[in-house]
Amino acid sequence: MSVRVALHSRSFLERGLLLLVILIFLEGTVLTLGAASSPDISAQDNTGGHDHLDDHRGIAGSHVHPNYTKKAFPVLSLDYHHIQVPFEISLWVLLASLMKLGFHLIPQLSSIVPESCLLIVVGLLVGGLIKLAGEEVPPVLDSNLFFLCLLPPIILDAGYFLPIRPFMENIGTILMFAVVGTLWNAFFVGGLLYAVCQIEGTYLSQVELLPCLLFGSIISAVDPVAVLAVFEEIHINELLHILVFGESLLNDAVTVVLYHLFEEYSGAGEVTPMDVVLGVICFLIVSLGGIAVGAIYGILAAFTSRFTSHTRVIEPLFVFVYSYMAYLSAEMFHLSGIMALIACGAVMRPYVEANISHKSHTTVKYFLKMWSSVSETLIFIFLGVATVAGPHAWNWTFVSVTVILCLVSRVIGVVGLTFIINKFRIVKLTTKDQFIVAYGGLRGAIAFSLGYLLDKNLFPMRTMFLTAIITEIFFTVFVQGMTIKPLVDLLAVKKKQEAKRSINEEIHTQFLDHLLTGIEDICGHYGHHHWKDKLNRFNKKYIKKCLIAGERYKEPQLIAFYHKMEFKQAIELVESGGGVKLPSAVPSQVSMQNIQPKKLPPPVAERALPQFTKGREEEIRKILRSNLQKTRQRLRSYNRHTLVADPFEDGWNDFILKKQRLIELEKKVRLMSNYLTVPGATPDSPTMCRARLASDPNAFYNIKASSDGVPTIQVDLASPQSPDSVNMLNEFSKRGATGQGLGQREGADRDEDQGLMMKPAGKGEKGEEEGGNKNPGLMRCLSDPGPSNEDEEDEPFLP
Amino acid sequence: MGASQSARTEHEFQDLADRTGFSLEQIGNLNKRFRQLSKNEETLSRQDLASISALDNNPLRAQIINAFFDKRNLRQNEAGTVQVIGFEEFLMVMSHFRPAAMHITEEEREKLRREKLRFLFNMHDTDSDGTITLEEYRRAVEELLSKAGTIGQETAKAIADAAMLEVASTTRGKMEPDEFYEGITFENFLQILKTFDIETRMHVRFLNMDTATMRCGK
Repeated sequence: MSVRVALHSRSFLERGLLLLVILIFLEGTVLTLGAASSPDISAQDNTGGHDHLDDHRGIAGSHVHPNYTKKAFPVLSLDYHHIQVPFEISLWVLLASLMKLGFHLIPQLSSIVPESCLLIVVGLLVGGLIKLAGEEVPPVLDSNLFFLCLLPPIILDAGYFLPIRPFMENIGTILMFAVVGTLWNAFFVGGLLYAVCQIEGTYLSQVELLPCLLFGSIISAVDPVAVLAVFEEIHINELLHILVFGESLLNDAVTVVLYHLFEEYSGAGEVTPMDVVLGVICFLIVSLGGIAVGAIYGILAAFTSRFTSHTRVIEPLFVFVYSYMAYLSAEMFHLSGIMALIACGAVMRPYVEANISHKSHTTVKYFLKMWSSVSETLIFIFLGVATVAGPHAWNWTFVSVTVILCLVSRVIGVVGLTFIINKFRIVKLTTKDQFIVAYGGLRGAIAFSLGYLLDKNLFPMRTMFLTAIITEIFFTVFVQGMTIKPLVDLLAVKKKQEAKRSINEEIHTQFLDHLLTGIEDICGHYGHHHWKDKLNRFNKKYIKKCLIAGERYKEPQLIAFYHKMEFKQAIELVESGGGVKLPSAVPSQVSMQNIQPKKLPPPVAERALPQFTKGREEEIRKILRSNLQKTRQRLRSYNRHTLVADPFEDGWNDFILKKQRLIELEKKVRLMSNYLTVPGATPDSPTMCRARLASDPNAFYNIKASSDGVPTIQVDLASPQSPDSVNMLNEFSKRGATGQGLGQREGADRDEDQGLMMKPAGKGEKGEEEGGNKNPGLMRCLSDPGPSNEDEEDEPFLP
Repeated sequence: MGASQSARTEHEFQDLADRTGFSLEQIGNLNKRFRQLSKNEETLSRQDLASISALDNNPLRAQIINAFFDKRNLRQNEAGTVQVIGFEEFLMVMSHFRPAAMHITEEEREKLRREKLRFLFNMHDTDSDGTITLEEYRRAVEELLSKAGTIGQETAKAIADAAMLEVASTTRGKMEPDEFYEGITFENFLQILKTFDIETRMHVRFLNMDTATMRCGK
């Protein structure tokens, strides 16, 4: 009891200490930041510091002197200015990451308050501290920094991992919400605000229509960063998630066009119908152009990845650089950078993933997640800091009307649009769905940055706008962000299904696709499935050939899924099993023998065939792979520019190939499989397993003579004395068998490759009785030196 | 050919509409298509369906065509196939692809699911014995991957085996080494596809949308 209490208090203490450390660090960094960030003060500080230090050390003659006086060599000096900018950036990033760490130490807090709120609060604190320290708060949420550095990682992460299927299935709905919904919001808010401003007594009459509409367009866009941050924690069902998220991504084009349109013409003071038409054309160009730019870069990236098989280390780089360039190119032409980035990521993903190595894939995934996570954290912190920085012009009417109008327009927009959309949807959106979609329309940093970009001279009420934008952001993120989780629970909205994709579902997904396409063809209706099927066939026939290296382009989706599943299972087993131990894994509940129909009625003298349970097979595979791994690893020299080739992975491709060909051969083996088995030991003994493994080569070697093109499996044994081979040998030595591990390893390889296939009964021991001759039989196969000698060995084993 | 003819057809259609659940307009369009496929005869044979060129690229072509002539899908509770089908049977098969209405009760939804999954089950269970054996499942997967070349054929077996193992594990739990799992029964089939929202997925838009947008022909 007391031990537990002690432990409890210890962990408490640890947490407390860690938080204290973080806070102290915070103070330290804040002061440095504050001190360093204001340029003129820092310069003064530095020179002041210099002199101060020099005087301190009594180094004379440090002032600039016409005659060069020799001064003592400065052993230690401080030059902050030199590294100022990178240092500050790193400090901010470090701060953001430590904050993220800190939150997860307090689980109660992070379950009630979404992370974005906490980060904004931290930003407020940091800004407040800087202000208290007397320094000027740095304008951290600079629009350039935001749009060029902080936003792209988040969008790329979203675009690369966008679930294409649900996105495309709901594209109509998403586009309706994104385009029509945003337009409606912008005009509704802008127009009504103008109307309110015109009311006497609000002292706002100097705000004209166009600036109001501009403000409306800035504030009406749903923000992807905020949506991501909040929705990630509520685990809502896929449909709603993709609806709100897709809308937040695609409304960028509308926002860009409206923003530029109103900004241009605010100076002129009026907008003619001609301008409106131009605006519509501009919208089409902006969105379609953005997508086109993204798609081009995506295809370039896919094409490049086709040739990277020899330089695997830089593969992830291509993904990132091409995407970033797509974003920058789109921004160059004032096209929609976000849509370009999404298009680039979505287009390149299937091809790049087929080409790059597993490690590169993991790298891409983790880098994207890391960057987007840091970006998101920084954005929210900076929002907090920028709030403190001001300047603010608070106007009760304007701000409150903004907040109310935004909510109202969002609700009306969603309800109205859903009414129209439901006429075209199969799966209708219920009221609950509509509520979540409306409530999930969060505003975020994009609105703030756009407002920040406004020219002060053209828009004298810029500060008021900024204040209103910040208030709206705070309102949506804090109030809506915090309450959406309990509301989701309260309304019992369907949550995300955590179930793993099973192979049956995958089979039936494909099956349904083809079935529905067929039915559509019979009906004569060129619908959804028909076009999808056509696109897929076009993709397979032409595009994949160009963009995917090697033979893999022929792989249909089902097979790829199956391989992925096998791979995952094998990895899981390696990770959980660990070490080269005897198979002790719990065998799966059902194994192959349960579902295989009994083939021939067993002859009287035959014993039941021992079968491998799936778990044991996996264990054996794992053992063999790790052996192969060890041997190969010893043979490669280290080179910084090549990854130590992961035999597990390179071997995987070979493995697949081998498997295919062996399966072909196995068919022929089956034809000759009326041999008796000669198992001597009990079915379960490891000896028995290995014996069967060892004797397989015989069956294999028969066929080998007749067919070419079978890969000779070169197993570079490090030495026959490696611990494992010794282990196995010991077993056989019990039976008086000697010999190298070679034969058995080769056999083991065969077994590995045959995977789930039922072992043929044939051992080439036809005609031998049980008992007597089995030992020599085993000895013979164990002493089998290898494939090259098979011709001589053939005779004794085949009739 | 005269008012009586069209009146009779109208009456028939109304009758069919009530029985199968299609709207009059949809039945009219489907009838047009039926006439087109059967070259204006009263019945449709396999050759007529096989002659649709768009189906050539479909790996499930044979099974889809068979499904139309399978007695089990025609609400006749017996096994076997028919040689030709009339318009009513055509409609009956097509009615499996109607989407779910927006407001239906739980039991109706369940009934719809069973109906659709029954259709799929019948497509797999080619010998009509009520279970999908390993052989049948293997064949189904092989057909699915038949356009994938030689690589597909070999893996198809492995995939079918893995899928079967999965079904057996989820439905039967632990099995002794001597026990034998005969095949997937309809109840098991329902169970493994429980999370597969088939009532929303298995539909053809045509059967729900305004027929003005339909493009018949070819």
